[in-house]
Amino acid sequence: MNESGHEHSSENHSAVVREQDRLTISRRWLLLKMGIALNAVVGVAITIPVVKYLFAAVKPDAEYKSWVSLGPVTNFPVGETRLAKFTNPVRRSWDGETDGVACWVRRVAEREFQVFAINCAHLGCPVRWFPQSQLFMCPCHGGVYYADGSRASGPPERGLFPYEVRVVGDSLQIKAGEMPTLSDSASLVQLGGVKTDSSKGDAPCRG
Amino acid sequence: MSRMKRIYSWLDHRLQLGKPLLEMAEHPIPNRTASWWYVFGSAAFTLLMLQIVTGILLALVYVPSAGEAWNSLNFLNHQLTLGWFLRAMHGWGSNFMVAVVLIHMAQVFLFGAYKYPRELTWTLGVFLLLMTLGMAFTGQVMRFDQDAYWGLGIGASILSRVPVVGGSLVHMMLGGPIIAGATLSRFFTLHVFVIPGLMLAFTFLHVWMVLKLGINEWPMPGRVVRRSTYMAEYHELTEKDGRPFVPGGVWKDAVFSAAIIAAVAVCAVVFGPFGPGGQPDPTIIQTVPKPDFFFLWLYAVLSYLPPSLETPFLLIAPVLGIAALLGLPFYAAEGEKSWHRRPVAILVLTTVAVSWGVLTHLGTYTPWSPHMDAWSGGPAIPARFLQTAGPVEREGAVVFQAKQCRNCHSIGGYGGQRGPALDDVATRLTEDQLIRQVLQGGGNMPAYGKNLSPAEVTALVSFLKTLHPANEPSAADAAQAATAFQR
Repeated sequence: MNESGHEHSSENHSAVVREQDRLTISRRWLLLKMGIALNAVVGVAITIPVVKYLFAAVKPDAEYKSWVSLGPVTNFPVGETRLAKFTNPVRRSWDGETDGVACWVRRVAEREFQVFAINCAHLGCPVRWFPQSQLFMCPCHGGVYYADGSRASGPPERGLFPYEVRVVGDSLQIKAGEMPTLSDSASLVQLGGVKTDSSKGDAPCRG
Repeated sequence: MSRMKRIYSWLDHRLQLGKPLLEMAEHPIPNRTASWWYVFGSAAFTLLMLQIVTGILLALVYVPSAGEAWNSLNFLNHQLTLGWFLRAMHGWGSNFMVAVVLIHMAQVFLFGAYKYPRELTWTLGVFLLLMTLGMAFTGQVMRFDQDAYWGLGIGASILSRVPVVGGSLVHMMLGGPIIAGATLSRFFTLHVFVIPGLMLAFTFLHVWMVLKLGINEWPMPGRVVRRSTYMAEYHELTEKDGRPFVPGGVWKDAVFSAAIIAAVAVCAVVFGPFGPGGQPDPTIIQTVPKPDFFFLWLYAVLSYLPPSLETPFLLIAPVLGIAALLGLPFYAAEGEKSWHRRPVAILVLTTVAVSWGVLTHLGTYTPWSPHMDAWSGGPAIPARFLQTAGPVEREGAVVFQAKQCRNCHSIGGYGGQRGPALDDVATRLTEDQLIRQVLQGGGNMPAYGKNLSPAEVTALVSFLKTLHPANEPSAADAAQAATAFQR
């Protein structure tokens, strides 16, 4: 502080000092407020990329899904329901065996397929097919489904999750890539028939 | 001055911790509070320390990668010297910690210790309970086996039920579209960094407030908490009828903590580590996923709720439950602490404890799950059911076995419990009712109309009609009974 050289009475002097202290202190508070404001600006600036990084996995379902081959249609005899396995199209090299996905393929007729997710529509446990009684049963909470995937009994509110299906040449393909859940768009797909002409759009409704 | 004393004063001159620590040690606690009832909080703290130490030791070897986690756990179990023991300590420590935290909470609730001025201590405690449960769940994920994998699937399925943002929440939880490497990485981060970090901070504040505000006094009927007078009354009590915390109260904490750690170690040695179970290969579907002990009650709830109530329950009940716990000390900050004068509190605690116990017990044997192998893997239908049976009834018994009826219905004491046992079904249902039930299903049973030929239905129902005790007639409707009488 740069003291003035003037002589003052002690009372005057102390008043001046007090006034100068007040100014100094208020200046320090102002500087602190500036410091906080600066931190807020920098904070917001770096929060944006951090949040984007954090939410990187949140994508529209379409970005995760693609057509996956389940092998030649001859693997699936007409009138039977068989387990098929495929590697998830979205995967990382350190996924180990968790990038495998199982599904149930039901060949209704020569050119008509239904492919169901392995996950129970209740809470996602793997359902098992019993050809003798033509039922899918879930080991967790006892959900049961009929051969066409519709709900038979137990806690599920709906039938099994169907995949979109198409046949390209000899190969049976499904639109997969995401764990089917109630919020997934898989839940909106109608129980689909097969696309007989591979050059046209999605599977028609089986009607 | 001795050498030790010189070192101490050199350190304390710089650390400046001696005086505050001494004050803490000497702060008075009410004589009656120096009781064995007050040891659970410190035991929970000791267990937290045990979990941190054993967790760090496991992290020296564990590989948090979806491809290798399961292998590294088996290496710990079978190849590394005493790796199994550390895993067992950590696993049993986790069970003990959840149990002790729950007991601590029940005791605090019972003793009215959440009332003024300890409302915030309770609030932090609620968060610590939630974090303890969070550690238990994320810990189950670390044991990256089939149960962990499908447990994650159940978590994702629950999240997917949230309106509008459900899908995004699932992606956030899984770190991608499926349960895979990214999922394990983020649960590892939660289990090892995020939740423990928060827990340590919250625990510090929780203990700080206990030491600064003083431990709750023993509740006496008629000693009513009032904001205006409580502090003075409490200080008067601790001065007149109190003793220093060290050693007057803390020795019981020390003894109990040692006993708890010893119990964890004994369980670890006797029962060994938890899992890992089957390898986390989602294409192996011959699995019956089951949650760990402290989530069995939830497993039971999710089985018994009507389907239409499930989503509202899953999304609303936890919010209400947590809100009630957090709101409790603010709703009831004053008044009686003694359980002799708080019948509603006792009723609530008893109801919660009994419900929890019953649901957990049900979760241990899951009567709602079909026994997936009962039709093929168990004992045959006992001979006594078939001794007088003709060819049609015997064929019916074959249908019964082959069509997986036994997965849900037990007979001769073996089979699923999803549906009723059928040992004496003929006393409950007439022939017509049996046919209708088989063909159309209903009451939680699938309809078999499409899956059985008429001949199979006839055979099956003929067999079921024989299932009644020798001295008890089969059920008949009034019309049939009347015709039979007229004849």
